[in-house]
Amino acid sequence: MASAEEVARQAQRKDIRDRWFLSAPALLVIFFAATGPLLIVLVYSFLTPGAYGDVKWQFSPEAWVSVFLERDIFDDTLSLAAAHVTIFWRSIKLAIVTTIATLALGFPTAYFMATRSEKTRDLWLFLITIPFWTNLLIRTFAVLQIIRNEGLINTVLIKLGIISSPIQILFTDTAILIGMAYVYLPLMVLPIYASMEKLDFRLVEAGYDLYASRFQVLRRIIFPLVRPGVIAGSILVFIPAIGAYVSPSLLGGGKNMMLSNLIELQFGQGRNWPLGSALSIAVMIIVMVALLAYVRNASRSEVRHG
Amino acid sequence: MNFRLSAATAALALLAATGLAHAEGTLNIYNWGNYTNPDVIKKFEEKYNVKVTITDYDSNETALAKVRQGGSGFDIAVPSQTHLPIWIKEGLLLETNPSGMENGKNIASEWANPDFDPGRKYSVPWAWGTVGIVVNTNTYKGDINTWGIVFDTPDELKGKVNVAPEMKDVMTAAVHYVGGEQCTADKEVLKKVRDLLVAAKANWVSMEYGAIDRMKAGDFQASTTWNGAGLRIRLARPEVHFGYPKEGFTYWSDNVVVLKDAKNVENAKLFQNFIMDPEVAAQLSAYHRYANGIAGSDKFMPADMKDAPEIVIPEASKPHGTMAMMCAPETDAIYTKIWTELRK
Repeated sequence: MASAEEVARQAQRKDIRDRWFLSAPALLVIFFAATGPLLIVLVYSFLTPGAYGDVKWQFSPEAWVSVFLERDIFDDTLSLAAAHVTIFWRSIKLAIVTTIATLALGFPTAYFMATRSEKTRDLWLFLITIPFWTNLLIRTFAVLQIIRNEGLINTVLIKLGIISSPIQILFTDTAILIGMAYVYLPLMVLPIYASMEKLDFRLVEAGYDLYASRFQVLRRIIFPLVRPGVIAGSILVFIPAIGAYVSPSLLGGGKNMMLSNLIELQFGQGRNWPLGSALSIAVMIIVMVALLAYVRNASRSEVRHG
Repeated sequence: MNFRLSAATAALALLAATGLAHAEGTLNIYNWGNYTNPDVIKKFEEKYNVKVTITDYDSNETALAKVRQGGSGFDIAVPSQTHLPIWIKEGLLLETNPSGMENGKNIASEWANPDFDPGRKYSVPWAWGTVGIVVNTNTYKGDINTWGIVFDTPDELKGKVNVAPEMKDVMTAAVHYVGGEQCTADKEVLKKVRDLLVAAKANWVSMEYGAIDRMKAGDFQASTTWNGAGLRIRLARPEVHFGYPKEGFTYWSDNVVVLKDAKNVENAKLFQNFIMDPEVAAQLSAYHRYANGIAGSDKFMPADMKDAPEIVIPEASKPHGTMAMMCAPETDAIYTKIWTELRK
């Protein structure tokens, strides 16, 4: 005898089945759009490079080996791929510094915005999003005009007699940092602002009433409460920064390669698509591991403080 | 919304279909960016009642990769001489036999039978030039006809030299500077090349493309570049001159070819013939600022190019030039390693 319970359970099961069935087309599209291209990259990383670009359909682990190890072209000894490690590390370092710089600038900005009156907040939010209306390339060119040797900063400083010869900012790591911090700043400000806006400022007042110093209020009250925004902002800045191509290419001078340049070299003049694919996947794995560690670490300390 | 989207798709499909139906009226050109004189295109469109579309690429590798996939929809491409033999070997090109065309007789004798396309069976000269150096002679007064500017930088130019990140050009220049042959795989020579490059890099400010704008803006005082770029810079900044390195500089040449899967073959052939007209070739040169390889075009050349030392190679420098060629894949793999080490 089918109990009422049984019938209800069946109906529920059917309901779930229908939902899956109805959302299947969308899920399939998302699944294949997300994994399809990645799978091709993964497969290519295990093939043999074609003589003039492209790949030969012949299995070879060579690309993965040469991501980590290199055979010296002169004495044939095998050693750690120092060039790759140096380039990886340079990109990671730059991404970390960019994240810190945007955080240092973005946090006060978000705080300022969140503490304005309801009406003016929208205006500030609007102003923050204005740079998004302009193409990344054009914004980077604008930075270039400002920092180049015969550009705005140097011309003004020379005219004022403060310096006699131009300061070399362009083509340095500082230039890349300026460019990237400028470009990615809104990505940091927006999530922090979103958390900050929900912050109950009575808690801040309570803190002051209990004789907390300004710094203590910031560290013990404001920061823990907006932590999700800070985490989200850091991730949003860090990920594109590690693969940044436009800023390093236009402002950095290209003497020292970034990850993006190294990968581009393999698909261009280097004509080693499998190595380019393997490098791309390696970067993805590193970023993913780093982020998982970061998020887990960040949420754990949240529990401790909470 | 949905209806509108599908209506738009249908309209697009219809457009594509009619586009095919009237194939005799179109021509799709795949060429390097900022390289094609729009006036010439206009003239061609009016003369033959053809609608021309131009798509840009930025490297031989990109062009080859895209055309190789098939179905690119392009009729014409303009590969460099280094890559042209690969296009031929891989069967990507249609044998249009330009030397037999009406204007085929206009191909300059030195370009009529090049190694990269013996007998001119596939390609028509578009532009040719040289790889050399531009130097701001206010900053440096010495001899500029040497790779020493880059590899043994004089004090006046230290920290002010740019090297365009064109792997093949830089490697070849360095090989020539240490006395080797183009495309050498000799380990002794390559070791010298690597040590030379690594030591020289300390004196460079950057490794960038875009020498024209950067030299004009004063971002650097010397740079490796192509001769046409050298001309453009000098016209804007008269103190900048182009040098032909005596240790050995290279020639390059870009050539117009018709793709095997071209849909508008007749128009593509018309175009190949059209640009071999001396007056048209001169017009093309006036825009891209390089020599063209068409005999008789000199009298139509703009005044600022007729005797320009960047375009008319000085007799004294001529013996130092060789045609750049494609190296063996294994050699290129070694070059890539040295290149990666240089820029790590």
